[in-house]
Amino acid sequence: MEHNIYIYIAVMALVTYAIRVLPLTLIRKEIKNPFIRSFLYYVPYTTLAVMTFPAILQETQTPAAGALALGVGVATAWRGMSLFHVACCCCAVVFIVEFIMVP
Amino acid sequence: MLWCIMMQISTENIDSVYTNSISSNVAAFRQGLHDGIPIGLGYFAVAFSLGIICRTSGLSVLQGFLTSLLNNTSAGEFAAITLIGQNASYTEIALVTLIANARYMLMSCALSQRLSAAQSFIHRLVIAFAVTDELFGIAISRPGVLNPYYYYGGMAVAIPGWSIGTACGIIAGAALPERIVSALSVALFGMFLAIIMPPARESRIILTVVITSFIASFAATYMEPLAQLTGGTRTIILTVVIAATAAYLRPVQSQQKEA
Repeated sequence: MEHNIYIYIAVMALVTYAIRVLPLTLIRKEIKNPFIRSFLYYVPYTTLAVMTFPAILQETQTPAAGALALGVGVATAWRGMSLFHVACCCCAVVFIVEFIMVP
Repeated sequence: MLWCIMMQISTENIDSVYTNSISSNVAAFRQGLHDGIPIGLGYFAVAFSLGIICRTSGLSVLQGFLTSLLNNTSAGEFAAITLIGQNASYTEIALVTLIANARYMLMSCALSQRLSAAQSFIHRLVIAFAVTDELFGIAISRPGVLNPYYYYGGMAVAIPGWSIGTACGIIAGAALPERIVSALSVALFGMFLAIIMPPARESRIILTVVITSFIASFAATYMEPLAQLTGGTRTIILTVVIAATAAYLRPVQSQQKEA
């Protein structure tokens, strides 16, 4: 059977939008339950940490570049550097390390 | 007479509140644009390689652009577009999209608690259009209630970066040099660190949560059976388990949440 690419795109877009829009529109009040409140409070830190490591080691051409960027990122972020600057530092570290290590 | 004066005072008040809120919305939008720049650049680089998959799967430049414009997902689009190349059924595409993107449901739930309860429906509909890992990240890093205009500032850079990057990838038919792709995609991880580290420094519990997440994620990536799962599913499982454990052991007091 031939499939229409625009229908494919519509299916993807609808499913994705439904996933995102349902919680944002259905949960309109502040959640009072202490457990769920606490759970949602911890979700961002957990999910961002899980997505960062070890993925950062796999995104670079050599894991050493990713590891060094992780170290620099943690250090600069810990010292309170802005989001933009931390991102730039990590970017620069990877660029320099790969420039030296990857022919 | 008195009534007139009162009316005048109250309109003046309304006016000043109105202008204040407009200027604070503009400031929030600008801040969002600023924080969105690394996101836009990172997206542009990654979207290039998505463009190549689009090309292999037979999508035209317009179709690839539309897909990215309407989806704003990375893993989800990679998976679905690869399947489109294999002439998959619509149901398969829906399922794969659902599985790859299910983590956004968790993020939207968390984000819902950062919006004012009075926040209008329309703002919720627009924000929902682009709940991505990175935009979610910068949004939750803002203190207090989220101003939608901050989010729109981020969207204004991130969405073009992603969709135009995809289109450029299809046109070029080749990825950007590896060096640029890895440097820019690590910039996105650097942002995540900038979001989680400062609160981890302030709070022992968050620090514990972050370290536990790092270790668990490392273990799950290389250990069976979790290593079999896709990255997205692994993220959901680990997030639910770790955040629920933390919530059970160390429930957050309401004052703490304000801070």
